[in-house]
Amino acid sequence: MVGLGGTLLLFLILPFVALLLDGGPDSILRGLGCALTWPAMRLSLGTSLISVGLVVLGGTPLAWWLARSRWRSARWLEILLQLPVVIPPAVGGIALLLAFGRRGIFGEALDRLGWSPAFSTVAVIMAQVFVSAPFYMQAAVQAFGRLDRNLLAVGRSLGASPPRLFFQVALPLARPWLIGGAAMTWARALGEFGATLMFAGNMTGKTQTLPLAIYTALELDIHTAQALSLLLVTFAFALLLFLRRFNRNLEVSRKPAAP
Amino acid sequence: MNRRTFVRMSLALASVASPLFATPAHAAEPQELTVFAAASLREVFQTIALAFEKQHPNLKVRFNFAGSQDLRVQIEQGAKVDVFASADWKHMKTLATQGLVAEPTVFARNLPVVVVPKNNPSKVTSFTDLAKVKHLVVGAPEVPIGAYTENIFTAAEKVQGKAFAEKVRANVRSRELNVRQVLTKVAMGEGDAGIVYKTDALTMPDKVEIIEIPAAINVVAEYPIAALKAAPLADLARDFVKLVLSKDGAKALGAAGFSTAEAQAKK
Repeated sequence: MVGLGGTLLLFLILPFVALLLDGGPDSILRGLGCALTWPAMRLSLGTSLISVGLVVLGGTPLAWWLARSRWRSARWLEILLQLPVVIPPAVGGIALLLAFGRRGIFGEALDRLGWSPAFSTVAVIMAQVFVSAPFYMQAAVQAFGRLDRNLLAVGRSLGASPPRLFFQVALPLARPWLIGGAAMTWARALGEFGATLMFAGNMTGKTQTLPLAIYTALELDIHTAQALSLLLVTFAFALLLFLRRFNRNLEVSRKPAAP
Repeated sequence: MNRRTFVRMSLALASVASPLFATPAHAAEPQELTVFAAASLREVFQTIALAFEKQHPNLKVRFNFAGSQDLRVQIEQGAKVDVFASADWKHMKTLATQGLVAEPTVFARNLPVVVVPKNNPSKVTSFTDLAKVKHLVVGAPEVPIGAYTENIFTAAEKVQGKAFAEKVRANVRSRELNVRQVLTKVAMGEGDAGIVYKTDALTMPDKVEIIEIPAAINVVAEYPIAALKAAPLADLARDFVKLVLSKDGAKALGAAGFSTAEAQAKK
């Protein structure tokens, strides 16, 4: 058991160690000095946060409805919503182009109105939302599905309106899982590459996110790419760590209030 | 399952799997020649490989098609390769200075061209029209096609003026990371025009139209090929390079839209 677990752990961690050992701290410094870094960093941070915001904003009510729906097709919808995880991101990018590109199903009408998401920052966000939403949806549907029905019933019998029930009972109870799901979605959005490249293109400051900058740097020399990757990894690690702490504090602070 | 059955099963598995890992030294087993080639060579090299396999009945040619820079990095990281064909000199030279390849030779030349989607929404009829295109898609300056495109723009600046070059550059909406992505975006109508190699443009005759770039400002992309010094099948690697450089190789390359030394000699 320990051997199996240890092997997997080693396997998962070793590439990061190699990346770090090969580059070292001065590699990160070099990454910070690369011309591609800062515009990409800013763009990645901005777009991924907007993407998470959009996913949470739309995904929370959708998950709430899906988790409680007795409608048969709701289960089918749940599975459909997971599909972006399975298809290769580049294919997702093509699908987005076919839907929202200038000759796409919706895109053509949009283009006639004089606007097209192609090659714009909006396209970056669309690609990120598309590939990362399933992670939040999965967590949120499960979180709402696991809630104690009795608590909700009690709330209802005490006269709480459905919105109040949602905001004051369901949401606080589900919060740790929702935050966990949002963190996964954020991480996936930050690392998104294939769909962005296909759908949004590669333009410094506009659509060139950190992963695209890393790939572009790889064409220059492998060390710059390595440095940028280290930067991305460090950054993501810090944010995930922060979210975990934040989440734990939430749980701790809530405990005394729990029955 | 107890330990003994586990060991027995592992041994059985290993004996089944071992032919997969066997070295090509045994004459009876088919040998594999590994060729790393630039993505733009995919179709034509597969044709050439068929001919090569016919000449060597007990041999399979295995390809790795990717951007020349990716292939170079893989070779530097120790990939076992017999032949490397690059889409530009830069990556071949890097390998040569490290002593990894033997005597690279140019086997083909490729010309950048302008492509537009079939119905040509921006009514582009010449290179000059790139100044009025709304969505121009080119390669990133870090990849060969993008570097060539940048050279063409610089040459155009000298011939057609700074204002023209600035207008063209301002129309660039995306700098794609390989030539096929530029082509795809134009073929899907996402870009109104793009700059790709002629050979790539010829693979989508029903999706894009080709507009030649004036020779005065155009560049010629040279494709060098070489056998690796550490090639596991050194003789066969040299034979493969020879076939690519031969008349038959030139014929296949010419059919795909490349110009070759052979073809030029005829002119």
